[in-house]
Amino acid sequence: MLDAFEIVPNLPVLVVTVPLIGGVLTIVMGRGKGPWAWATLITGLVFYFTVLLMQQVLAAKTGTISYELGNWPRQWGIEYRVDALNAFILLTVAGVGFVTTLYAQKSVEKEIPQDRHNFFYAVWILAICGLLGITVTGDAFNVYVLLEISSLTVYALIAMGKDMNRQALTASLRYLILGSVGASFILLGIGYLMMVTGTLNMEDMHDRLAALPDAVHNRTVLVAFAFLLVGLGMKMALFPLHMWLPKAYTYAPSAVSALLSATATKVGIYMAFRFLFTIFGVGFSFVAMPANVVLSVAACTGILVTGVTAVRQTNLKRMLAYSSVGQLGYIVAGFSLANVNGVAGSVVHIFNHAVMKGGMFMAAGAIMYRLGRCDLRAVRGLGKRMPLTMAAFVAGGLGLVGFPLTAGFISKWYLVQGALEAPHMWPVAAVVLVGSLLAVAYTWRVVEAAYFQEPEGDSALVTEAPLSMVLPMWILIGASVYFGVSATFTGDISMRAAKSLLGGAP
Amino acid sequence: MTGALGIYNYWIYVLLMMIGLYGVIAKPNLIKQAIALGLFQTGIFLYYISMAVVDGGTAPVWTTILDGAQKYEGPYDNPLPHVLILTAIVVSVSVLAVALALIINIKRAYGTIEYDEIEAMDQADKRADYQRGQVTDAADDVEHRQEGHHHA
Repeated sequence: MLDAFEIVPNLPVLVVTVPLIGGVLTIVMGRGKGPWAWATLITGLVFYFTVLLMQQVLAAKTGTISYELGNWPRQWGIEYRVDALNAFILLTVAGVGFVTTLYAQKSVEKEIPQDRHNFFYAVWILAICGLLGITVTGDAFNVYVLLEISSLTVYALIAMGKDMNRQALTASLRYLILGSVGASFILLGIGYLMMVTGTLNMEDMHDRLAALPDAVHNRTVLVAFAFLLVGLGMKMALFPLHMWLPKAYTYAPSAVSALLSATATKVGIYMAFRFLFTIFGVGFSFVAMPANVVLSVAACTGILVTGVTAVRQTNLKRMLAYSSVGQLGYIVAGFSLANVNGVAGSVVHIFNHAVMKGGMFMAAGAIMYRLGRCDLRAVRGLGKRMPLTMAAFVAGGLGLVGFPLTAGFISKWYLVQGALEAPHMWPVAAVVLVGSLLAVAYTWRVVEAAYFQEPEGDSALVTEAPLSMVLPMWILIGASVYFGVSATFTGDISMRAAKSLLGGAP
Repeated sequence: MTGALGIYNYWIYVLLMMIGLYGVIAKPNLIKQAIALGLFQTGIFLYYISMAVVDGGTAPVWTTILDGAQKYEGPYDNPLPHVLILTAIVVSVSVLAVALALIINIKRAYGTIEYDEIEAMDQADKRADYQRGQVTDAADDVEHRQEGHHHA
């Protein structure tokens, strides 16, 4: 049946076009449950497509699928290119997108006025579309366009939190300004690269950069590299360019925080992979240029500073937001090691952090749903009142700590191994361990409040969140435990992705 | 023209970008920030368009000269950056539209579009929450000190 519609050969482009058209159509889906049901259908379909795409990539002999849009050869047209790395990221984004859509129904009903639900789900689907598009494309300018599609919709999604707290508006505007400056830097970087190479296709860019006689001393290439590094740092919230993130995640609607923490910055990191590894190549980025030093110092400082800040927070969502910046630090520190274990740890942590932090933001959102706030005082005694939600939060927290048998342990295992293998990089391993202790501290504050203190006020009367919120939460947390016990699939894919990124280098 | 003056559009592009960046960082008025952002992005358009110029080139359109027999065979300017920048202009207009929509909402919610006044009102909200016993954070001060530094 699938072949009748020629779905399988066109999968790479369907992943983008289906949510693009579906997102716009959401607006006419009425005011009741229609928009949500439609969003579930579209994101579910896209998730199914990414699963098929993953199977296709695993079956492909070269491990890469190339799809030329409108059959234009890649020199002139846009090429979509899927290998182990972006098939894995696509699967993560679409999977988490689907599960958060399931979760969103109740949360959005509570937090956003009924007459805006169709617009909410329209931008929701378009945001997922943009993120998937960035991941699937092999064309540098296409990355910029899709980046702006996802950014603009994300600004709107964050601002939708204005009915809960007006600070959502200022958070969104600030993200808009910093995000646009970051995206403009990326656009400039792409422009300088095009000036040197005369192409926008990533593979061609790489080949022509490699053919340049003296790329390391070519001013234009250096300027491109600098602009891209700063722009990408802004988009992936690398410390100290993360200033927009805590406020945005705190005041966005709960479902949006869950979606963003799991996908938006991850796709930023994916872009960094493509630009630093695929286009410039390891030899340029990490050997000739000191990107590894710059990135690992920024990431390690970020892990420590945001860890300490997270410990001091009393609002659960803000605590998780700071923790996210720290966790992104692990991912960046991992790939800046530029060896197989480091990069593999980085790739696998993109997935692991997405499911853990997505699940934890969902738990915080469930508390918001019941109590209208989620500070530490509201959490007091909830261990008995909302056992499933709090258990999910704690299981996610153990994952952040890197407790054995959780997914976080797998990532940190790779990262520490990678740090010890790389010359003079042992401090990264030390920072990973200290960061884990900080994660123990902030998770413990929640555990203490939830299980060892008596509830007060509303918290004493509250009941467990509805099943349609608890179930998606546990799907993500369950995934984080499952892939912590049996990491064969995620580990193998990450290893494969890491080896192809490093291009056969040891 | 040769030398540094010969590439004067690049100097203008850098100048526009720097003015924009300064405005985004230094102006507390949100509308001025939006204008500065527009200026910043316009600088980038100029950069892309300048990049397309080919010595002695003209618009990449096939023109038939008078008797219809002869065709101008180039050199042509590179049309690709022009096309790219058409897209980027659309993007920048959308960004500006979203920014203005947000600013209108901010004006409705706060009654002002001066960033420092908004900041002061948020602080007052926080103190009120604290007195009602909703929030217990001393820690947010840390964030605000960082924010203050960032916007200084």
